[in-house]
Amino acid sequence: MPRTIFEQELTTLQDDLLVMGSMVEKAIVKAMDALRNRDMQAAREVVRDDDIIDDKQVEIEERCIHVIATQTPVARDLRYLLAVLYIGAELERMADYAEGIGKISLMMGDEPPLKPLIDIPRMADKTIDMMRMSLDSLVGRDIGLAYQVCDDDDDVDALYDQVFRELLTYMIEDPRNIKRATYLVWVAHDLERVADRATNIAEQVLFLVTGSKKKAPAAQG
Amino acid sequence: MVTTITMRRIEANFAQRPEEATPDGVADHVMEVKDLNAFYGSFRAIKDISMPMQRNAVTAIIGPSGCGKSTLVRCLNRMHELSDGGRIEGEILFDGEDINAPEVDPVELRSRIGMVFQKPNPFPKSIYNNVAFGLQINGFRGNMAEAVEGSLRKAALWDEVKDRLKDSALSLSGGQQQRLCIARAIAIEPEVILMDEPCSALDPIATLAIEDLIRELKEQYSIVIVTHNMQQAARVSDETAFLMVGEDRSGYLVEFDSTEQMFTNPSHEQTEAYITGRFS
Repeated sequence: MPRTIFEQELTTLQDDLLVMGSMVEKAIVKAMDALRNRDMQAAREVVRDDDIIDDKQVEIEERCIHVIATQTPVARDLRYLLAVLYIGAELERMADYAEGIGKISLMMGDEPPLKPLIDIPRMADKTIDMMRMSLDSLVGRDIGLAYQVCDDDDDVDALYDQVFRELLTYMIEDPRNIKRATYLVWVAHDLERVADRATNIAEQVLFLVTGSKKKAPAAQG
Repeated sequence: MVTTITMRRIEANFAQRPEEATPDGVADHVMEVKDLNAFYGSFRAIKDISMPMQRNAVTAIIGPSGCGKSTLVRCLNRMHELSDGGRIEGEILFDGEDINAPEVDPVELRSRIGMVFQKPNPFPKSIYNNVAFGLQINGFRGNMAEAVEGSLRKAALWDEVKDRLKDSALSLSGGQQQRLCIARAIAIEPEVILMDEPCSALDPIATLAIEDLIRELKEQYSIVIVTHNMQQAARVSDETAFLMVGEDRSGYLVEFDSTEQMFTNPSHEQTEAYITGRFS
């Protein structure tokens, strides 16, 4: 097979992207655990470790640029490298949302919880599933799975609306709840954004496989 | 031989060529190849190729060695028939007319469809005479100095040679010689310029200069370029034809599409494998 070195570089880039994906997943899980368990130490670690993920993204980006500059990729290779660049940036933003949730935990400190967390952890689970699926769709070049991610985004949006409405009732009921309710709205909003980023990754996979920038029908609405 | 039509055309050359009105969205094909088969004796070098060439556009022909790229391009101005046992089947239309029709004079045809070769091949004459020669033998009666200057300017060579027009063309660098050959080709104002790997004997800087020139020339001419260099095809052409060689060693057309489509998302696996360098 010609272009062995090039092939190796492409494979390594994908491996790195998956490593970064698992770092981001761990950050989100840890941020949610910290929120649930009021674990300040864990929340601080999520905030601190965001730098490591940022560095990973820069590393992937630099390697992509190197490959583009030295290997003059075209067609599927070019789409793949563009997808890697884009997905790296999306993952980095996802990690920022995890960091955001960590910071919210720190802000909440020892305040008693407003309410038991039910829908927000469901949002987190769904969002993490979407993120995993989006990366799996990249590995398998699986259009069906990518479309699934786009569809699932609607569920997360619906959950977010539900959480938002519920928290609003708490605020209306007693204005002293506003601060604590707002913290939770922020968390839900961060998770909703993570799901949107997962959808963006899935759309990149659709572009990589089909060559078309058209959005998935479910994601257009 | 040289006809009055050619002469009139050459003289009209230095007047402004009127813009050809094309209704929006309607392709204007300067040439069209239909079911073309080209033979060397009993050997079929290319088979069943059909493709159009757009007017005022650059059409690139790419493909591995031996796929018939050069044969195809040599069919377009009937140079193929000058090869040993060279003959064709099928149709080649130029402005809608069959170039192989009995009434077509191949010499006249070649003045309307010029050619630039792989290795620069200036005549062992002065720079000036290289360009003037084609005009002279075509019976040009206008202002020769102006005509030579105009062609050298169009070939982006004038500034480099204006003070040494009497020097031998062979004293020029390879890149300059190739631009001189382009000046010579466009002096007689062809409609189509065929280029058979025009940069393969040039260094990268000279190559880029020729590529810039090709992009400028397409404003006035229609260009068909054979190239081994896929990035060159991507850079200079509007449409690309990808040829492959079959098991019977005949070249055939795999894909013809806009260059952009071809280099971002080709339709055929074979094209993908070739342009991404995974062809084995």
